[in-house]
Amino acid sequence: MTEQGSKAVEKILEVRDLVTQVATPSGPKTVVDGLSFDLCRGETLCIAGESGSGKSMTSLSIMGLLPEPMARVASGEIRLNGTDLLTLSERAMRDIRGNKIAMIFQEPMTSLNPVLTIGRQLGEAISTHNPMPGSRVRARALEVLKQVRISEPEKRLSQYPHELSGGMRQRVMIAMALACNPDVLIADEPTTALDVTIQAQILGLMRDLQRETGTAIILITHDMGVVAEMADRVIVMNQGKVVESGTVTDVFEKPGDPYTRGLLAAVPRLGAMTGTEGPASSDGKALERGLAKPLVSVRDLTVRFDIRGGLLQRVQKRVHAVEQVSFDIFAGETLSIVGESGCGKSTTGRALMNLIPWQGEVVIDGREIDANSRIQTREVRRNIQMIFQDPYASLDPRMTVGELVAEPLVIHGLASGSELDDRVEYLFRRVGLPADAAKRHPHEFSGGQRQRICIARALSLSPKVIIADESVSALDVSVQAQVLDLLGELQAESGLSYLFISHDMAVVEQISHRVAVMYMGQIVEIGPRQAVFENPQHPYTKKLMAAVPIPDPRKRRQDFSLITGEVPSPVHGLDYQPELADLQQIAAHHFVAKSAMETAA
Amino acid sequence: MIAYILRRLVQAILILLGVSIVTYALLYMLPADPARQIAGRSATAETVANIREQLGLNLPFYEQYLRYLGNLLTGDFGRSYLQKTEVGELIAARLPATLLLMAGAIFCELLFGLTAGAIGAIKRNTPLDRGLMVASFVGVSAPQFVVGILMLYLFAVVLGWFPIGGYGTFAHLVLPSVSMGFLGAGWYSRMMRSSMLDVLRQDYVRTARAKGLGRARVFFVHAFPNALLPIIAMIGIDIGMFMSGIVVVESVFGWPGIGQLAWQAIQRVDIPIIMGVTLVSACAIVLGNLLADLVAPFIDPRIKLR
Repeated sequence: MTEQGSKAVEKILEVRDLVTQVATPSGPKTVVDGLSFDLCRGETLCIAGESGSGKSMTSLSIMGLLPEPMARVASGEIRLNGTDLLTLSERAMRDIRGNKIAMIFQEPMTSLNPVLTIGRQLGEAISTHNPMPGSRVRARALEVLKQVRISEPEKRLSQYPHELSGGMRQRVMIAMALACNPDVLIADEPTTALDVTIQAQILGLMRDLQRETGTAIILITHDMGVVAEMADRVIVMNQGKVVESGTVTDVFEKPGDPYTRGLLAAVPRLGAMTGTEGPASSDGKALERGLAKPLVSVRDLTVRFDIRGGLLQRVQKRVHAVEQVSFDIFAGETLSIVGESGCGKSTTGRALMNLIPWQGEVVIDGREIDANSRIQTREVRRNIQMIFQDPYASLDPRMTVGELVAEPLVIHGLASGSELDDRVEYLFRRVGLPADAAKRHPHEFSGGQRQRICIARALSLSPKVIIADESVSALDVSVQAQVLDLLGELQAESGLSYLFISHDMAVVEQISHRVAVMYMGQIVEIGPRQAVFENPQHPYTKKLMAAVPIPDPRKRRQDFSLITGEVPSPVHGLDYQPELADLQQIAAHHFVAKSAMETAA
Repeated sequence: MIAYILRRLVQAILILLGVSIVTYALLYMLPADPARQIAGRSATAETVANIREQLGLNLPFYEQYLRYLGNLLTGDFGRSYLQKTEVGELIAARLPATLLLMAGAIFCELLFGLTAGAIGAIKRNTPLDRGLMVASFVGVSAPQFVVGILMLYLFAVVLGWFPIGGYGTFAHLVLPSVSMGFLGAGWYSRMMRSSMLDVLRQDYVRTARAKGLGRARVFFVHAFPNALLPIIAMIGIDIGMFMSGIVVVESVFGWPGIGQLAWQAIQRVDIPIIMGVTLVSACAIVLGNLLADLVAPFIDPRIKLR
């Protein structure tokens, strides 16, 4: 492995033949198998791989933070500036952690201590390695907070983590990691839990800070877009082994290993569908709209949640989750709702399922739905079914998967006895699972298989519409591609409609007929997929598209400065009248909000 | 905050009202006759009827209750049937002793329970951890009168380290407090262990270690306050459990508190005292819970009282 380019080659970290093992009931299992790499000053090395590839175990091995005694480094060397970290005592290792090697983690929401102020947690990172008087600790804390370009840094020092947004918390994590000017920064999936515009801001920040400080970065990620955006060199791991390593352009353009090629092929790419009308699954044909009556028709859907308080627990404030949203879903089409967390996209889906109270007018298959009728709710759910994000949490662990898939049929009294068994067997085959799987429990299946079970359960009532709420977001890209294919096949076979709720622009582009962009509880742009993606009009749509990292190192963004700001709070006082987006038609079926344009920009 | 406390106090009054109705009804339905108890075995039927008349025991239930409630609202707990003194005075005289014992018991159970639980979590799955958890289990399962009598025998009778019973000095306080705290310590150690194990798995503990902090700092600054949060709510509920324990422990150690008062009153169907002690206990439970809820926001800034 030789370093290319004009940078001075100064090796900071050398990892040789690292083997990390985890204890299992059936003996030690090797999770990192013979990993070797070098890291030079000022460079970014990406370790890419899917879940179970051993990439996070690698970072914890370097930090000496493996969950003992379950996991341990079995053999190998980790040399920081020539010193083998594996030979150091825990006491000596403490001087390395946070000082020479610092780390940022995936979950900014849980990685900060909820009961301590930001100033305290940040100050601690500074004073542990450089004992100094409190006033100087505070001054340094303020300095690093300014360095990570957080708004109102003085105020942040006395705030608690829950008072900060996810993006701000990740900035605090980065500030904490950089507080002692470490030689190496390990970032383990630093942007995975963040919205795409915040992700772009954090990636831009990391790149700027690296330029300023010369810190070497090990970036661990599953997202090939992030790899292309950030990496100088790349290591691709699969099941603990390195399958590919090289410069970022080599890995993306001349992948040698079949696994890497498969991984790259499975990555959804924004812009991959340019020039085509419909989604990949329907042979590029767009649906004939306008002629047919819509299957689902939503008018002025509004969802608000009350916040109570005071002596008599009266309503004091309201969360304006969804404000007067209108859209149609036609038979056999996929309508996607995209937007960032808190924009109201999931709430819209839940309101359609009658899972939460709502106001407005919803007509499904020619029948108007009464928001308060329980009897009707049952009929609604026969026509509309939902697949959720987390396939681990949405299956009852104590039931067999056969019972889970059969349950809707039993509740609705649609089948019993041998007919029920036949139906369940048919559903399992249809989603690509063996029929004998029915007798097993959810924990015996992988994430992708579980999502197939959830799909089978949703299909059991032969619904006309399936709401898929971030249904592939938790899955690895290769599995994600398979599940998306399955959804496409089911639609082509039986003319199902999907309401596909997602934050992932590339996935949405791949599978949608039409796309609605939501911002602050309202639809700001809706139209045929091609029109929205190739001719985005609303500033927020443009911002979302610009924020998506492209899995191509040659299309790397130089400038992130266009993407700034965070979504404002949807909590308002009782007399608040939302400014409604005024949708205006700019092309066939393509509507854009005019009034909200300035606010979003 | 003030609105919250006011609302909780209104709730508290409703709870106390409910407790008073239920207790009064139970005592009314009791087959024992207070008038007969007061008059003694050899009294004539006429004397008993007279006493009944005097005390208003022949009135219908609701009238008796309303009369009691009316007096209660003016701060009058009534007069003891047998001791012929004001119940309010009796309780006031004995309450300090009980509060002292409760404070001692809470101190013991938190000291033993939290320490054992925290050590168990840090040294999990070691012989030390298993030993502590077995001890906790014994603490939870052993009846308090058995623990009390064993302690009394071992430390007072055999070893002579502490007085056998009574009230007055610090030495008198030790054995009753430990006996009472023993049960709670078992609960708290098991709760603390699982709470601490949960906290030690959290991302922010990993972050603290990644900063290079020492083990002690990670433990005391980052893990301990978080592990304490579920325990605080428990302490509030616990005060209610104390009230049942206090009757037993005060009797075993001859501790002159309201537990002993209640015990004597129950034996003699002295309704005003039983009612008074019950209401005071209910007050303690309600206030204990309120206190726990008021303390929680100081440890966890995420909790907002509304």
